Amino acid sequence: MSSRFPAAPKLLGAQLKYQLLTFVRSPVAVFFTLGLPIFMLVLFNALFGGATVETPGGDWSVQQFYTGGLAAFTAVSATYTNLVNVVPIRRDSGILKRWRSTPMPLSIYLGGWVTAAVLIAFGGVILQLLLGVFAYDLSIDVAKVPAMIVTFIVGVVSFAALGLGVASLVPNQDSAPAVANATILPLAFVSDVFIPLEDPPAWLDFANYLPLKSFVNAFQDTLNPFVDAPAFDLTKLAIVSAWGVFGFVLARSKFSWEPSVTSGTGPSRRSRRRRHAKA
Amino acid sequence: MTAAISVDNLHVRYGDVHAVRGLSFEVQPGQVYGLLGHNGAGKTSTVEVLEGHRTAASGSVAVLGSEPATGGRAFRDRIGIVLQSSAVERALTVREALQFYGGCYRNPRPIHEAIEMAGLTDKADARVGTLSGGQTRRLDLALGIVGQPELLFLDEPTTGFDPAARRQMWDLVKLMCAGGTTVLLTTHYLDEAEQLADRVGVMANGHMVTEGTPEELLASTPDTTISFVVPASQLGVLSLPADALIAEADGRASIRLDTPAPTQVLAGVTAIAVQNGFELDGLAVRKPTLEDVFLRLGDRVESVGEQ
Repeated sequence: MSSRFPAAPKLLGAQLKYQLLTFVRSPVAVFFTLGLPIFMLVLFNALFGGATVETPGGDWSVQQFYTGGLAAFTAVSATYTNLVNVVPIRRDSGILKRWRSTPMPLSIYLGGWVTAAVLIAFGGVILQLLLGVFAYDLSIDVAKVPAMIVTFIVGVVSFAALGLGVASLVPNQDSAPAVANATILPLAFVSDVFIPLEDPPAWLDFANYLPLKSFVNAFQDTLNPFVDAPAFDLTKLAIVSAWGVFGFVLARSKFSWEPSVTSGTGPSRRSRRRRHAKA
Repeated sequence: MTAAISVDNLHVRYGDVHAVRGLSFEVQPGQVYGLLGHNGAGKTSTVEVLEGHRTAASGSVAVLGSEPATGGRAFRDRIGIVLQSSAVERALTVREALQFYGGCYRNPRPIHEAIEMAGLTDKADARVGTLSGGQTRRLDLALGIVGQPELLFLDEPTTGFDPAARRQMWDLVKLMCAGGTTVLLTTHYLDEAEQLADRVGVMANGHMVTEGTPEELLASTPDTTISFVVPASQLGVLSLPADALIAEADGRASIRLDTPAPTQVLAGVTAIAVQNGFELDGLAVRKPTLEDVFLRLGDRVESVGEQ
């Protein structure tokens, strides 16, 4: 009785190990988070290699453009897409409820999850950049590396918060992949990830206020030869952060540790659903 | 001695549903208390309040001297919960799962000990996703006791099990509770409560209908049950008591007799059977089980529901 709880850093370390272990043992998650963006980088370079992308500053090479865009996309996959997919699964299968039954502080559980997602994102971005440097003549301006790091941090924290918030709204685990893909894939097409938008129609301007394009462009700027160091884009970072805050507020008010589907019996789940339906 | 669990006039509501209506009971330290009732009786709602997962509409609840809803981390360190339908991460091995979950308690049980107790030594390094249903349930139990809880909540531990697996599970629960752990067991299997519980409370419609030791409940229904099957044509000569239950099918009659004087009744019917040269097929004499107690309580259960 006299002994103490394990210290917070020790608990967090164990949680990180737990989250990373469950991630690397999920081939689907590893493929979609890390493998697919790499495949796309290889593919896009094979298809469009040697071409140039026109921007107001001048023409820059496709590999420089795609490496930045896909690295940012990887960071979003590892945080936002992963959390939107996995939170509802763990919630509805009762895993979150099981953790809530233990003395593990819930802030450490969620903190460990987000930190693990950020580490996976970091690994993915490094992979992209290494592949870019060694295979596609990517040039990285050391003076812009601080902006790259800050943009990365603002992005992954915001997209992790947004992931937790959106996951809280997903009605059940079956719809989680649909929600994750429907919210990110169409946006990726208008956010300079897959195709550079040289002269987009005016109605696509809304994408400038959404987090994906703001983050992708801010990250691409740090690799854009026509953007001078230090290459911080505070407006875009502010937009990304605002979405992150929105996600955090959403998660604060809507996150549930209880399964949302009536898999078992008992009035608790049914009535909670009714309450949600009213809300 | 302070009670491990003390519930006084508990009410739980969900919107219009009044799930628990003025429930009171106590569980003493070291006791295995069986909370019995059919689905919807209010068992799960009650247990969720005791676990701190749900707030009561009114009434007072004390678990290990704390208020569960505000007991926080220190409270959760002292309880273990075996949830009815809660998955474990399929990608982890049994050992890893116990390490990760056990690692957040103050005094976790040594992992190898928990694995041995649950009879999962052969499966210690198998992925959770590859375990059978029974093995998964044993892992649930191991996770419930890995924190060396003073109080264990066991929510329907054998629902969906075949008879052999139930016996194994019961032995396991008895083994794990031998160290003086207090247990609150919910079940709708009456024989399960009879096997495991020191004290039983029967719930219906959010009320406690009756409470006592399994023996006391059995004693309140002193009848012994005699059952057998005869050719329907012989029913006339048997001169059965008026309250005998007779079911006829395909020229055979299944008979069930509840009697406080089994020897006399048996002597009567066996003498007639011998005289007339027929057999009492499947003749069985058995003590009442809690299932019979529950049937007998049927009227009281109904009347409570009408309040």
